Amino acid sequence: MHLAYPAVLAVLLFCVGLYGVLARRNAILVLMSVELMLNAVNLNLVAFDVWLRDALHAGQALTLFTIAIAAAEIGIGLAIVLMVYRNRGTSDVDRLRDTAEGHGPDDGDHDAPEEAAAPAHTTEAAA
Amino acid sequence: MTLGPPVTLAATAPQGFLSPTGVEIAFLLVGMATLGAAVITVTTKQLVHAALWLVVALGGLAVEYLLLTAEFIAWVQVLIYVGSVVVLLLFGLMLTKAPIGRSPDADSGNRWVALAVAIASAGALVWVVVDAFRTQWIDLDGAAQGSTEVTGTILFRHWVLPFEALSVLLLAALVGAIVLSRKNGDAETAEAAGTPTSATDKEQR
Repeated sequence: MHLAYPAVLAVLLFCVGLYGVLARRNAILVLMSVELMLNAVNLNLVAFDVWLRDALHAGQALTLFTIAIAAAEIGIGLAIVLMVYRNRGTSDVDRLRDTAEGHGPDDGDHDAPEEAAAPAHTTEAAA
Repeated sequence: MTLGPPVTLAATAPQGFLSPTGVEIAFLLVGMATLGAAVITVTTKQLVHAALWLVVALGGLAVEYLLLTAEFIAWVQVLIYVGSVVVLLLFGLMLTKAPIGRSPDADSGNRWVALAVAIASAGALVWVVVDAFRTQWIDLDGAAQGSTEVTGTILFRHWVLPFEALSVLLLAALVGAIVLSRKNGDAETAEAAGTPTSATDKEQR
């Protein structure tokens, strides 16, 4: 098999994931795009491992490690997203601007106590 | 790491670029399906459909691993990704009260900038990769290089210490997920975030 096929497929999958990370608004969809990028890297590792006929099979071992780390990452990431959702009432990454720069001092200060004080209200508004 | 001699591999591969083998045709077809599912995953307006198309993309990648003779990786991919990660993502979508129907604000306002960045990086990377590996061929003949026997032998002969370190990392991630979720005393969310991770831990062990 030509080596360019898996390599180009991995590149295209990585860039699709990159678009998803940059363009999506929901934090869970961002996590899905990160999974796509990790899978592109896995495909590259497997293809080059088979191509090089590595005696240690480093590519396949690293692929297994990447899959396990991705599972850990998705568990932690979803726990963080759920905690943010409970505290703020939203999981849109565009609205989590408390530490953003250049939008005026009253913007972040105004949003944070209000949303922290009334999470139930914003939950209903988001739903 | 011992690298195989690529010059010999290129010399012993008599294929031409315009005469694809059956494996290459299958790889291309499955690859196009995988890429299409990935594109739908990042562009669809329905959040639950995005998770379901992600299943198609990850399953297609498992088939690609099979075509590359990495059997064990393919089944691990099906077990971990399709079996647990997507279920976790669906749980996350449900627990954050994601809308079931079309949500018009699924994409943020900077999607055109994101599209430009993605196309630019795709063009650059495809150009580099094709230019670099234009004359290289993967020799898929002979014994499967990723069968369970080979992978198990390699993993427990040469990669034991990273494997054990990884299990500690998974345990830390499990504890961290539970701690994060139980901070406000919400028990059911802790279960949702913690239990699939522990299942993954067991699968890895």
